[in-house]
Amino acid sequence: MAIWLTKDSKVIVQGMTGSEGSKHTRRMLAAGTNVVGGVNPRKAGTTVDFDGTELPVFASVSDAMKETGADVTVIFVPPQFTKGAVVEAIDAGIALAVVITEGVPVHDSAAFWAYNVARGERTRIIGPNCPGIASPGAANAGIIPADITGSGRIGLVSKSGTLTYQMMYELRDIGFSTCVGIGGDPIIGTTHIDALAAFEADPETDAIVMIGEIGGDAEERAAEFIKANVTKPVVGYIAGFTAPPGKTMGHAGAIISGSAGTADAKKAALEAVGVKVGKTPTETAKLMREIMSAG
Amino acid sequence: MDLYEYQGRDLFERHGLPVLAGGVATTPEEARAIAERLGGRVVVKAQVKVGGRGKAGGVKLAEGPDEAVARATDILGMDIKGHTVHKVMITVTADVAEEYYFSYLLDRANRTFLCIASVAGGMDIEQVAADTPDKVVKAPIDANTGVDEAKAREIVAAAGFPAEVADQVVDVAVGLWRAFVAEDATLVEVNPLATTSDGTLLLLDAKITLDENAAFRHPDHEALVDQAAVDPLEQAAKAKDLNYVKLDGEVGIIGNGAGLVMSTLDVVAYAGEGHGGVKPANFLDIGGGASAEVMANGLEIVLSDPSVKSVFVNVFGGITACDAVANGIVQALDLLEQRGEKATKPLVVRLDGNNAEAGRAILDGANNPLIQRVDTMDGAAERAAELAAAGV
Repeated sequence: MAIWLTKDSKVIVQGMTGSEGSKHTRRMLAAGTNVVGGVNPRKAGTTVDFDGTELPVFASVSDAMKETGADVTVIFVPPQFTKGAVVEAIDAGIALAVVITEGVPVHDSAAFWAYNVARGERTRIIGPNCPGIASPGAANAGIIPADITGSGRIGLVSKSGTLTYQMMYELRDIGFSTCVGIGGDPIIGTTHIDALAAFEADPETDAIVMIGEIGGDAEERAAEFIKANVTKPVVGYIAGFTAPPGKTMGHAGAIISGSAGTADAKKAALEAVGVKVGKTPTETAKLMREIMSAG
Repeated sequence: MDLYEYQGRDLFERHGLPVLAGGVATTPEEARAIAERLGGRVVVKAQVKVGGRGKAGGVKLAEGPDEAVARATDILGMDIKGHTVHKVMITVTADVAEEYYFSYLLDRANRTFLCIASVAGGMDIEQVAADTPDKVVKAPIDANTGVDEAKAREIVAAAGFPAEVADQVVDVAVGLWRAFVAEDATLVEVNPLATTSDGTLLLLDAKITLDENAAFRHPDHEALVDQAAVDPLEQAAKAKDLNYVKLDGEVGIIGNGAGLVMSTLDVVAYAGEGHGGVKPANFLDIGGGASAEVMANGLEIVLSDPSVKSVFVNVFGGITACDAVANGIVQALDLLEQRGEKATKPLVVRLDGNNAEAGRAILDGANNPLIQRVDTMDGAAERAAELAAAGV
């Protein structure tokens, strides 16, 4: 088992006919993901060939769900159209929407999140500006490379894409249950806390790696959550100790505002609740390795 | 993007909010023209994106155009907490009776927006919240329903605004929300929101942050960028669509992915502690693609920084294969030579992940004495710091 995405997940792609969408649909299929179709109202009724797999294109998420039983959508549409695409997914009541798109205005993210809350949060949203979610050996929804690691019993939640891949690579001999890239935007649908809660409840996850970065206070709140609710060992890593205040470091949300959002504060909060925090990604992997071998 | 006060005043004015008449000047003569137009007594305010201007002597009264010239001459060129004053805002004066506080901002923790309002304005709101928390109202705002008159009345009542200004504050609250949404702002802060002795409500200061992700629907926001304040290397990088931030160290950094690059800065800074305190010279994320051209553009920017003594290229091949990245680096060095910008500083390259072995073989095969291959991130950071220290 894994969290949120399993071998039984049926995945559709919004923006499948675009260049990024088609490239990654091919990769998701190659990773064994059960991709069942795509959505593009202008190409509804056609099919797209992915190395011998013919995938149907539907007019809407709702149509795709009716025809295929899809329960996961991966969204690759450009930022101008992302809010509309997510709202459509929410209206259709799909269980999981993974929003890969980078550069979504924060008012749009706030609007689709409020819309989701008003409808009872039937849809779990991951992202935007995230690499997606991968349950190695089972399914892959997004752009996380599938061949870095096999399945195992570590859960991983991270704000960063390449740091996620780096950590998966460092611990590839042990393997992961699920890796979730929650994204680096100021407003995101799934938080560290959501992933920690799911990993805590997942019988096939034994320990958790949590990767954070400067900006906001999500890591501090995650620390409080860990103290009260997480019994499994957690190892942490925070990026951005040497980032200057007031400068956005790549991710829209990665900015120290005044004295808030520093890496030092996040590290201190995590260590105060017993989370071991590595100084570098390699040292963090080593801490996890020690936990898994002590078993 | 943070706006200057005068840009905020202009923006408020465009959205029909009550502000003082005024203008912005870059020279004393421009200040004179504005003071003449406004007539009477004026305030000359330094335009810097940092607090504490008043205490630093950056806000002065002037009786008429001649004094406005004198005050502008004093203030222009002044250094306020490391910020040089290049512009002054001139406004008419206001006979302030009461000072309040009002803002809308992004609430990351609750994934929504927040209104903060207080009748104790004019001071640092965080201090007011710490000393007298009951004087500060924090009201969550639903992004889809926003602030209508009913919501505004709720906020005004909760914050305890006096009855005689309540209607005016409600109007400002609704108008300010419209501006916040229309401009894709992540912060609009008015401190003080003030009443004058005749009971008129005015927005006397403006602190505004705009969302750069929303630039595609605001072509006019480009003109708000203060080109003079942008680092020339950052400007050149932006023209090439590179995500670059200038820092003050000696080790140039190129990597793929924002998190990995931030992590690389940290690892280099730690390694630098053992090598005379050398530090990262920049943040540069070349993204997932990392083609030869992007790599060449990135290298050109980083190498054109005179304080760079060594470069650390840190790439984890995820979607991108490391052999493609290695080819990119080798071709980039050739490309730079063709452009007449032949690289002379050592490059420490760490490739890991997808096709790492093939990538490393390409680097070795290139036989370029500038390229040093180290296969772990920590080891490569150590080597880059060592080379930078030797080059200083």
